[in-house]
Amino acid sequence: MTTFQRTYRGAHAAAGPLLFLQHARRVALGERVVVRQEGQPDRRGQVIDAGEERTVIQLLDDPVGLAPHRVEVILTGEPVRTVVGRDLLGRAFSGHGAPVDGLPAPIGSTVRPVAGAPLNPVRRAKPSDFIETGVSAIDAMNTLVRGQKLPVFSGPGLPGLDLAARIVEGARAPHGEAFAVVFAAVGITARETQVFVDRIRASGAMARTVLYLNEASHPSVERLLAPRLALTAAEYLAFDAGMQVLVVVADMTHYCEALRELGTAREEVPGRRGYPGYMYTDLASLYERAGIVKGRPGSITLIPIVTMPDDDITHPIPDLTGYITEGQVVLSRELHRRGIDPPIDVLPSLSRLMNSGIGEKRTWRDHREWSDQLYASYARGREARSMAAIVGAGGLLPADRRALDFADAFEAAFIGQGTARRTIMETAEAGWRLLDALPREDLARLSDRAFQERQAARAAAPPEEPAP
Amino acid sequence: MSAARIVRVAGALVEARPMEGALYELAYVGTRRLLGEIVRQVGDTATIQVYEETNGLALGEPVDTAGTSLTAHLGPGLLGAVLDGTGRPLARLAEAGGDFIGEGVSAPTLDPGRRWAFTPAVAAGTQVRGGDVLGTVEETEGLTHAILVPPRTCGTVTAIAAGEYSCEDTLGTLDDGTPLRLAHRWPIRVPRPIAARLATRRPFVTGQRVFDLLFPVAEGGACAVPGGFGTGKTIIEQSLARFADADIIVYVGCGERGNEMTDVLTEFPALVDPRTGRPVMDRSVLIVNTSNMPVAAREASIYLGVTVAEYYRDQGRRVALMIDSTSRWAEALREMGARLQEMPGEEGYPTYLASRLSLFFERAAVARAQGAPEREGAVTIIGAISPPGGDFSEPVTQASLRVTGAMWALDASLAQQRHYPAVDWDSSFSLYADQVSPWFAEHAGRDWEEIRHYLIALLQRERELRDIASLVGPDALEDEDRFVMNVAWIIRDVLLRQSAFHPHDARSSIAKTYAMASAAVLAARTGRDALARGIPAARLDLQGVRHALSVLRDAPDDEVEVQAGRAVAAATGIASGVAR
Ligand SMILES: Nc1ncnc2c1ncn2[C@@H]1O[C@H](COP(=O)(O)OP(=O)(O)OP(=O)(O)O)[C@@H](O)[C@H]1O
Ligand SMILES: [Mg+2]
Repeated sequence: MTTFQRTYRGAHAAAGPLLFLQHARRVALGERVVVRQEGQPDRRGQVIDAGEERTVIQLLDDPVGLAPHRVEVILTGEPVRTVVGRDLLGRAFSGHGAPVDGLPAPIGSTVRPVAGAPLNPVRRAKPSDFIETGVSAIDAMNTLVRGQKLPVFSGPGLPGLDLAARIVEGARAPHGEAFAVVFAAVGITARETQVFVDRIRASGAMARTVLYLNEASHPSVERLLAPRLALTAAEYLAFDAGMQVLVVVADMTHYCEALRELGTAREEVPGRRGYPGYMYTDLASLYERAGIVKGRPGSITLIPIVTMPDDDITHPIPDLTGYITEGQVVLSRELHRRGIDPPIDVLPSLSRLMNSGIGEKRTWRDHREWSDQLYASYARGREARSMAAIVGAGGLLPADRRALDFADAFEAAFIGQGTARRTIMETAEAGWRLLDALPREDLARLSDRAFQERQAARAAAPPEEPAP
Repeated sequence: MSAARIVRVAGALVEARPMEGALYELAYVGTRRLLGEIVRQVGDTATIQVYEETNGLALGEPVDTAGTSLTAHLGPGLLGAVLDGTGRPLARLAEAGGDFIGEGVSAPTLDPGRRWAFTPAVAAGTQVRGGDVLGTVEETEGLTHAILVPPRTCGTVTAIAAGEYSCEDTLGTLDDGTPLRLAHRWPIRVPRPIAARLATRRPFVTGQRVFDLLFPVAEGGACAVPGGFGTGKTIIEQSLARFADADIIVYVGCGERGNEMTDVLTEFPALVDPRTGRPVMDRSVLIVNTSNMPVAAREASIYLGVTVAEYYRDQGRRVALMIDSTSRWAEALREMGARLQEMPGEEGYPTYLASRLSLFFERAAVARAQGAPEREGAVTIIGAISPPGGDFSEPVTQASLRVTGAMWALDASLAQQRHYPAVDWDSSFSLYADQVSPWFAEHAGRDWEEIRHYLIALLQRERELRDIASLVGPDALEDEDRFVMNVAWIIRDVLLRQSAFHPHDARSSIAKTYAMASAAVLAARTGRDALARGIPAARLDLQGVRHALSVLRDAPDDEVEVQAGRAVAAATGIASGVAR
């Protein structure tokens, strides 16, 4: 940005989160703006459409009480930036970056534009380090790796944030090092925020955590800023300070709604279900900030929470998210109702980077086929279950009946691990025990070698019967 | 320098005044001279779509026109390159600007510092026309790059000499003074001229059983691959790029993930092309404009891709162009159209979406190239589509289907069952099947066509039976019907599934594909015959065939023959306990 600070008296119009200036000169796109009005705190804004005839400013603070004819608009000549540094760890900020923990503003190491810049694809390093979350459904079948973006698709009232908290508490990087955590609360309730923050505190991770909190009662315009602040802070911690960073954003649904609100205010042609046509690109500008950079030690692993409106996975928010992220962990209302905790439905869940994170030296050699077998048997059992609902269990073939029993046990004992944390080897054993109950002919995904090795291991050390 | 100044910046669009440009003329925007393209000219105001990040551009900054449209620089050095949507090599951008892509950094597509040994094929005094081969350089080991007279150029060569040249050097001249070089420029939105479109019977052999067998695409054809998220489009595009039988692969990552390109970049240099023994990277050009890179450049990326593909076609190469994903291109078009305040058509897409798509897919062809010596080449286009909500009734899928000759429809429920490639055999189609069957009959097995039909009929029957079984229970089915379901299950689970990650299954040679398909059909026929002869279903045992087929599937190429024999024996033997 080549311009310097200019001040305009009076704006032409204000509508929702937008402020319009006429005949402003040398305005730059993305320029940071301060809007001053007597008797009110300064508001921050950003130029989103720079025009000689009309310049549009998006406010980043609540517009209630804004009187366009009485304001002073200061164009600062610089982009919207934020302070980043190691001293942000242990701190809590509002959705626009002001300290909310009673401490003074951090000094930081540098300031960075919050919009970020696209990472050059040839500079990306391939994510391939297994992260043990302690959650079997993830570690076994939807493995998370360092540098991945893996959202949780939740539903209204489903424990999406609870799962994210478990991952934050339980996550261990390959060499056992702890993750730094950056959490952006975006439009979630004060209670949800509190529960999450308390869990981080209780797990002893607070000193390596940065919080950006935009709660439901806070201005919705801030929702567009909070995740960008979080990711900008995370980029510093990961790529400058060399830390392994886990970023949790809850809830992207509120973010998208704020984006829609802004689009409507700008009178844009809406896309599907009223969401802007550029929502894919906008979401990508956030999600793609996860990753690993060649030659730099740190990483950003991103876990956004998406609440599927009406549990509908084809809704534009989960849909566009799924098109950008590297898989998804899907929660099921039915499993939740049946008390299975965590209620992860592994069938629609997917980790696209799983293959590079598992196997010899990472988890164990036969992880892939073992996981494929669990998956196939469970899928068959689920199909058998829906068929049994129509024709009765008696109409099923014997193999289908076995698969049905398997599915029940799998949900109860494997997925529904409760609050206990399982190491990857405990997860492996839990899975094997279920497979042990099936005859060889039902285990088509297992190679002869893997099957025989399991038999040999069982013969050598007969497993204790699992507690009923 | 002109007096034009920026009067508006909105997203990727900039308006400048006073300016008298031409449509699609390039412009340099702002003090950092960002590259853009004029998309509208009204009175003295030009609207420019800018290929780089526009944040920070300010009113009053200068704008210049370049006098040309966006061109591709075509010459040796494209193979192995990784370019952004406008043709800037990403590795050079990283050297100049660091890990993150900054603004206003530029680098030429072809490295001017690299020199190539040129061998002339014509002598001074020769009359040449556009498309004539002037000579050759060896671009990658074993791959000869024909240096062409640029289209629409003609004259008599007054000088030409062998030697080491960079793409900027002059290696000869025409009588009118036109310098001859290793490389030339071509506007990406204009199809390169050809002498004639040709008909072909040759398939584009993919190495994926379900495509080669059930939904083959002819060389020079176009195929749409729609599928919801996670259904396997990218894996298909990447598998084809690795294993398909083509001389050159142009892969366009259009508005997709950065990490997917990392995958390609780590694997392609190490992966050996079974046909040449050389790294796959040596036959590939990657064009990468990820979802977080500027949308205007994303819009340009597919045109750059097809222009590069046509250029190699004109050298007589069989080129495959992979686009992942066409939808992201269409969305870029929509984004720009909305900012131009054009009247939107269906789902907000501009009304010219369908015509642009047709123009694009029509650039797929088998062609006789212009110029001498005579050369035939092909561009085959495989375009992934990402329909919102996985619903194929949307405009991009529908408009593509009208101009592509095949569709590989990916189904979310198959993907959920981890049946990959998740091709739905009910709704997928190929209009090329009859055209290419004779080639398969000649090169794979004489009864190829018959086997194909048998498989299709069997799968159809199975679907009907499954609907019935879901109402009455599988227990209530007739013996023959249950047998059909069991065989169909093996066909689906072993023959049509293919793991992209298995060292020997990832690519299936047509010999293996044929061997597996014919053994499966043999098993089906043997079993049905046995049942017709009154042999009870309980005596038919498919475990052996299933096992033999799995072994055959996972066999390396040099063991296919042996394992194929075993599979045939197993198929004949399913009723052996009774027959003998
Ligand atoms: N042939 C295959 N073999 C094994 N796994 C596969 C195969 N095809 C797809 N998969 C699995 O499915 C996942 C998703 O595939 P892919 O990334 O190609 O989907 P996509 O259709 O491109 O999704 P998106 O539209 O979101 O980009 C892969 O990460 C892989 O785990
Ligand atoms: Mg994809």
